[in-house]
Amino acid sequence: MVAKPHGGRLVRLVSSEKTKERILSEQNEYPRMEVPEDIAVDLENIAWGVYSPLRGPHNSEELSSILDTMRLPDDTPWTIPILLPKFEGDFSEGDAVLLTHKGRIVARITVEEIYDFDRKEIAQKVFRTTDPKHPGVKRLFERPGIYVSGDILLIEELPNPFANYTLKPHETRVLFKEKGWKTIVGFQTRNVPHLGHEYVQKSALTFVDGLLISPVLGKKKPGDYRDEVILKAYQTLFEHYYPKNTAVLSFLRYPMRYAGPREAVHHAIMRKNLGCTHFAVGRDHAGVGNYYRPYDAHEIFNEFPDLGITPLFFREFFYCKKCGGIVNEKICPHGEEHRVRFSGTKIREMIRRGEKPPEFFLRSEVFDVVKSFENPFVEVEE
Amino acid sequence: MADDKKYTTVSIPKPLYDKIKELIKDTGFTSVSDYVTYVLREIIASIEEEEKEEVFSKEEEEKIKARLRALGYID
Repeated sequence: MVAKPHGGRLVRLVSSEKTKERILSEQNEYPRMEVPEDIAVDLENIAWGVYSPLRGPHNSEELSSILDTMRLPDDTPWTIPILLPKFEGDFSEGDAVLLTHKGRIVARITVEEIYDFDRKEIAQKVFRTTDPKHPGVKRLFERPGIYVSGDILLIEELPNPFANYTLKPHETRVLFKEKGWKTIVGFQTRNVPHLGHEYVQKSALTFVDGLLISPVLGKKKPGDYRDEVILKAYQTLFEHYYPKNTAVLSFLRYPMRYAGPREAVHHAIMRKNLGCTHFAVGRDHAGVGNYYRPYDAHEIFNEFPDLGITPLFFREFFYCKKCGGIVNEKICPHGEEHRVRFSGTKIREMIRRGEKPPEFFLRSEVFDVVKSFENPFVEVEE
Repeated sequence: MADDKKYTTVSIPKPLYDKIKELIKDTGFTSVSDYVTYVLREIIASIEEEEKEEVFSKEEEEKIKARLRALGYID
């Protein structure tokens, strides 16, 4: 049996065609508020149940509870507040408001509460820092500290060039059932797979029936792999190196917060809602800079015996010349001089220079895929 | 009046309390309450896991399967 949705029920708050038509025909009667893309994506995730049991952005009681206990007021584990800042608009509690992105209506919210909250407190408790250089803190501080809560209804999704490879929770659940998988491990990534990734995935796959590769679609930094490159690289890897019917790929549109340990738990909750029973947690998962210790994201899971998804913890893997294989510090007795660390940055630099990385870094077939793109990397921030 | 207390008290036998107090020495648990909360959450989660799996309507499931087939996810 795949994992039960978080909180017990898979949320679906998507308007029917009829309701959508009605709301669109009455749109001039509603107040509006324009929201940035990451918030529009959060609204989609709420609506499709990726954030089950949430039905809308958090209210003040839920926010306080999440900050202080990492749980919702009903004791359900929840670590990352999903917030809707009040950017603009003349509306008050009880109103129905249309939320737009680039002028397009994304969702309707029935406003339950409008409240002030101390952004420094949110930053300190979620990100463990108030340093405005932290990308999550920066985003929080750039936006108003007045928040809107209430149930939402999705009217229209944002355009997604990978819509056919972005399965919703109700789809992945049927997919796993059709494949006959009872245990599934979720693996989050933003990279083309190197041998270190493959080793983690296959180690996890040894213990479960299926693997869900779940690359995150979202804002990219210059130098990141393009999404189409990640997709093709994994398709090739599956074809050549994975037994048939053991792995699938489905993108997840999600704005990263870089909240380290708290976000690792949130990543696990999202994969639980997709039906995964296990989730791979790596070194410095969801971290950025030096804000978190390498294995903080492992330790935090001790707080949640009731999470309902089993974390699989992985330490850093490397290639040991003496062992002649991929190992980690727990199973390799040899010194640093024998070890070659997997470095995504190093691999990217080699590819940029047109050099082929060694076979123990990157599969030839994967390298060929990357090379087949005129420019496999993002050039400007997207 | 709304009950906004975040914690409440339950009673357990004193010998059991003493046993737990001894058991949690040198562990990450800082109090008997912490330990009992942890264990109860674990038990409740395992009971919930055993509850019936969510099901889709036949029609909806067929629709999803057709889409998954069209996208090449299933044969």
